[in-house]
Parts: sequence; C-alpha cells; structure tokens
Amino acid sequence: MWRFLIRRLLLLLPVMLGILIVTFVLVRLIPGDPCKAMLGERATEEKCNAFRERFGLNDAIPIQFVRYFGSVLQGDFGTSIKNGRPVTDVLAERLPMTMELTFFATLFATAFGIALGVISAVRHNTGVDVGAMVFANIGVSMPVFWLGLMLAYIFALALKGTPFQLPPSGRLTAGTDLPSLLKVWGMEDAQGIQRFVVLLISNSVLLNSLIQGRLDVFADALRHLILPAAAVGTISLAIIARMTRGAMLDALTQDYVRVARAKGLAERAVILKHTFRNALVPIVTIIGLQVGGLLSGAVLTETVFSLPGVGTQIVDAIIARDYPVVQAFTVLIAIIFVVVNLIVDLSYAYLNPRIRVS
Amino acid sequence: MQESASAPFAAAPARPAEQLRVQSPFVRTVRRLLRNRSAQVGLAIITLLVLIALFADVIAPYACDQQIRQSGLRRRSPPCIHLLGCDRDKPQLLMGLDSNFRDLFSRVVYGSRLSLQIGFLTTGAAILIGTLLGAAAGYAGGWADNAIMRIMDVLLAFPSLLLAIAIVSVLGPGLINTLLAVAIVSIPVYARVVRASVLSVKEMDYIAASHALGASPLRILFVRILPNSLTPLIVVGTLGIATAILDAAGLSFLGLGAQPPTPEWGLMLGEERNSVFNAPHLVFFPGIAIMITVLGFNLLGDGLRDALDPRRKA
Repeated sequence: MWRFLIRRLLLLLPVMLGILIVTFVLVRLIPGDPCKAMLGERATEEKCNAFRERFGLNDAIPIQFVRYFGSVLQGDFGTSIKNGRPVTDVLAERLPMTMELTFFATLFATAFGIALGVISAVRHNTGVDVGAMVFANIGVSMPVFWLGLMLAYIFALALKGTPFQLPPSGRLTAGTDLPSLLKVWGMEDAQGIQRFVVLLISNSVLLNSLIQGRLDVFADALRHLILPAAAVGTISLAIIARMTRGAMLDALTQDYVRVARAKGLAERAVILKHTFRNALVPIVTIIGLQVGGLLSGAVLTETVFSLPGVGTQIVDAIIARDYPVVQAFTVLIAIIFVVVNLIVDLSYAYLNPRIRVS
Repeated sequence: MQESASAPFAAAPARPAEQLRVQSPFVRTVRRLLRNRSAQVGLAIITLLVLIALFADVIAPYACDQQIRQSGLRRRSPPCIHLLGCDRDKPQLLMGLDSNFRDLFSRVVYGSRLSLQIGFLTTGAAILIGTLLGAAAGYAGGWADNAIMRIMDVLLAFPSLLLAIAIVSVLGPGLINTLLAVAIVSIPVYARVVRASVLSVKEMDYIAASHALGASPLRILFVRILPNSLTPLIVVGTLGIATAILDAAGLSFLGLGAQPPTPEWGLMLGEERNSVFNAPHLVFFPGIAIMITVLGFNLLGDGLRDALDPRRKA
C-alpha cells in the first residue's frame, strides 16, 4: 500500500508543474495592460513603469515564472493588483464558501443518488425504477444556473409564507453579524500559515458560528446553503443514481448473491452487505469524477445566488485582469481536483485489493 | 468494408429464409438502435429540433430582434395565448415579451439554430483534433505518446468549465471564442478514447497482415486502424455534444460567451436572471429549451452505447 501511495504521489508532481505552467502562460496571454486596467486609461508611462516594476512585470517571462514558482512553493501567491491585499487573504476569504457549497452538494448528490440507484435496482423494471430513471435523465440535462433560478423562484416566492420558504440569495440574512475569529481570539497580528488557517476557519461561516456557539447563525447559514447545494448537486445526483443502479444490477446477478440467498440470509443483508459493497468501486469512481463538475457548478451557482465564493471572485478578477488572483484561484482549484482524483484512486485500492498489486 | 462483404451471404438462396438473413453489422446496429427506447426518444427530440432550426423563419412569428411596441403591451409581458382565453385584441405571444419588447418564442426558436451549431461545430472540431492526437499517440507510442498524453493529462486536471472560462478570458468574450474554448477543453477526452481503441486495434492480426503486405504506416493508421476504432468515439461524441451545449450556455450566462442581442439561450437566461421573481417566464422557457436539447443528445448517446456494445443484449 505504501509503495502504491508513494508512486501515485510522485506521479502528481509533473501534473502539478503542468498546471502551474498552463495557468502562468494563460494568464500572461490575457490581452490588455494590467497597469491601464488598474490605474485607468490615462495613467502616465512613468506611473505605469513604477507599477510594473513593483509587481515584477518588466522582467522576462521565464524569470517571472521561476520567481512565481519559487514563491508558490513557499505558499506565497503574491498581492492582488486590484486592491493590494495578499492573494492568500483573498483565497482564505473566498475558498471556504465554495468548499462548503461543494461539500454539501456532494453530500446531497451522494446520499440521494445512491439511495435512488439502490431502490431502482432492487425494484428493477417497476414503476419506481422507470420513474427514478426518467428523473435521472432529466436531472443530467438541466443547466445548473437555470435549476438554481427555478429553485429560487419556487422556494422563495411560490412557497412564501409556508414552512418550506428558503432564502434565495446571500450567505446570511442581512444584518447578521459574525465577528472574525482573528478578532475573537485576539490574533489580528498573526502572520503566514497561522493567519491563513485561522482566516480559513473564520470565513467558513458554519465552522465559525459553531466555534462561537452561535447556533442561530449556524442554522441561518445552513438554510442559505440548501438551495445552492441542491442546484449544484442535482446533476451529480442523477449521474450517481444511474451508476449505482447499473453497478447494483451487475452485482445482483453474481453467483455469490445467489449463494447468500441460498444460505437464507435476510434480503436486507444480501442487498447491503453482499451486493452494495461489491458495487461500491464504480460508485466511488463516479463520485470522485463529479468533483470537477461540482466545482464548475459552484462557479455558476454562486453567481445565481450572489454567494461570495471562488466563482464570483474569479469572474471579477478576469474582468479586472488581476493576474495573481486569477492565477492562484485556477491553480488551487486544479490542485483540489487532482488531489480528489488521487483520493479516489487510493480508495479503489482500499476497496479492491487486486488493484494494489498490479 | 464489412457491410459490403456480407451482402453476398445475404443473397445466397441455399437455406430457408429465416436462417439466411445474415445482417451486416451496420444494419444490425441500426436495428438495435431503433428498438432502444432511449434512442427513440432522443432521435425524435433531435429530429424535431433540427426541423425547428431549419424552418425557424417559418415557425417564428417575428424576427429575433424585432421589438413589438403596441398599446397595452408592457415589457416582460407574460405569455398571451388566444386558445387559452387571452384577449384577441392583443397579439399572440406564446412565451411572452422580454425586457426589450421582443417576442421570446421567436428568440427561443432562432436560438435552436445557434445551440445546434455550437454543439456540432465544437464537438466536430474537438473530435477531429482529439482523434489525430490520440491516433498519433497510440500508433506511434514511445516518447510521442508520452508527450501528447501528459499534455492531455494536464488539460484534464482542470474542471472543464473553469479552463474554458480561463481560455475565454485570454481570447476575449464572444461566441466564436466560446466555441474555441469549449472545443479545446474537450479535446483530451476524445484523444484518450481514440488512443485506447487504437492501442487495442493495433494488435489485431489484420494489422499485422497489412504490415506484411507492405502498406505504409499512414495507410495502416487511417485506412485500417482508425475506421475500426471509431465505435466508442461515436458514443462519447454524442454525449459530448450535450456537454458542449451546456458549457457554452454556462459561459454565455456569465456574460463571457455570445453577446447581446444574439438569441443564445444561455445569454437570454443570463440577461433576464434578475427578472426571475417578476417575470419567471423569461427564465423558464430558455432553460427548458436547453434542457430538452441536452436531454435529446444524452438519450441518443445512451441508446448508441447500448446498441454498439456487443456485450449488452438489446
């Protein structure tokens, strides 16, 4: 197992380097002068030179890359050209929102997707099965941003006044105040990795409110997450349901299932212990593969629900030609994606020992 | 070609007709496809869409940028259908008016042209380039294979929509650039599929026979290997059209794709997203149009997979 893990980790290195190169080159190719974008069209040549000097934009591209690579290795993503703040601060501010959204979307998609798939397979060729699969087919075909808008309409307007009413936008109800943990813990002067971690936890409204014992804020934040998470998760839910159904149907025809039944095991045990466990490998694969789609979905959904996450930030940064921010966010998302894929590969090895050997 | 080779067998009159009808693989696949429920629905939807796109000028009551200004008509007017009891003095508006007094139905109808073009063009371009790269990698092997596939791995390391957003930001917003971006991000998928099937076909005896007969490598690749490794590509390509339409709509929704006043469904949704609470029809109909189109290609893709996979029994 350890050799497998180390080999997989080593294989990650060239991909990570590739991600850095692609992002760096792409960002440098963005047309337009960042100086003019930041200081205005009428910025003088002198001012622009000083600006470029300050951000190292006057050096040759390879030198810029080496410097960039060196600082990324030290966890330094530079400063935002737009507002002069360290990019790590911007990351720490925006990332938790997107992670919360992606986490709940994954949870929603996995729980309901697997349940729907298992029920479909067990009730194969009945009305339940057909209904579930029609739903799944429609589910994979819906644009997330449209689903988000429709959910907002239904739950914020059509169901207004009922217990099912949900907020259509924002992270918290206006006027809700949740102080930063930096302030609460008296760590406003903290620097480096310590500051980054505290900011990350602090900006995750769910974690922060729990730590501070503000259950009202926690519940409010959760209510604001339901619609976006459902919108982002529905496509994945449908894909997971289809995959689960297929894998379960395959597993149900195996001899060991017949043996389990012949032994007189309860149907419940046959389905859960013998069939489902063996159907898990393709299901885990497909869940892992969803993460890219969920992250992309999060970008679109944040726009619909006005959530302050990575997606809204990346679009803003592209418009403002804020190189360091675009670069950092793209690299980060690609790395998350790659790491999740690695975890999926490792979980195969865990679920199916034959893979470890080969 | 295997189809023509089987024709003489079909004509041989030696046995009773039932046992004789040896169908060519192509005919057999088409029959299996037409018997498949998903494929039937998918094909029906796509045919209908193609017809709508072709006859958009006839079907749409107004031009896609024509403003309908008339007393009693407000911007974002809800649908008015005479059959359902709408006042006959008012013009019939199947899907209502948008924020610029334009007939939404006409715009949705014209939008079908764009979406189908986007789907076919981007997927076609991506398949073409992906096939060449994948075939070159699989056939040549060695360092060429390594170099090509590592680049593809890096491209696959980005979630596709995010990479497309990054590419559009480099190229600048616009419909053509969106097409390019969506095509570029889907190349690696096709390259992988083609490489995998080239690798398996390359080891077949008939390829060795071609070598022995002195066929040039290019001839072997293009005439012997590629036609025989296309099956998975057809399935992935059909499903890819659906993804391409969704991604392009997403980019337009963010304002990075088609620009106003183009009747593009994603853009129409993006422009009217703030009207969702007071004029939901403006958001509802373009979204339904995207969903039905994507559904059509998804269903056809599923049907094709079932029909083309010899392990599955129809």
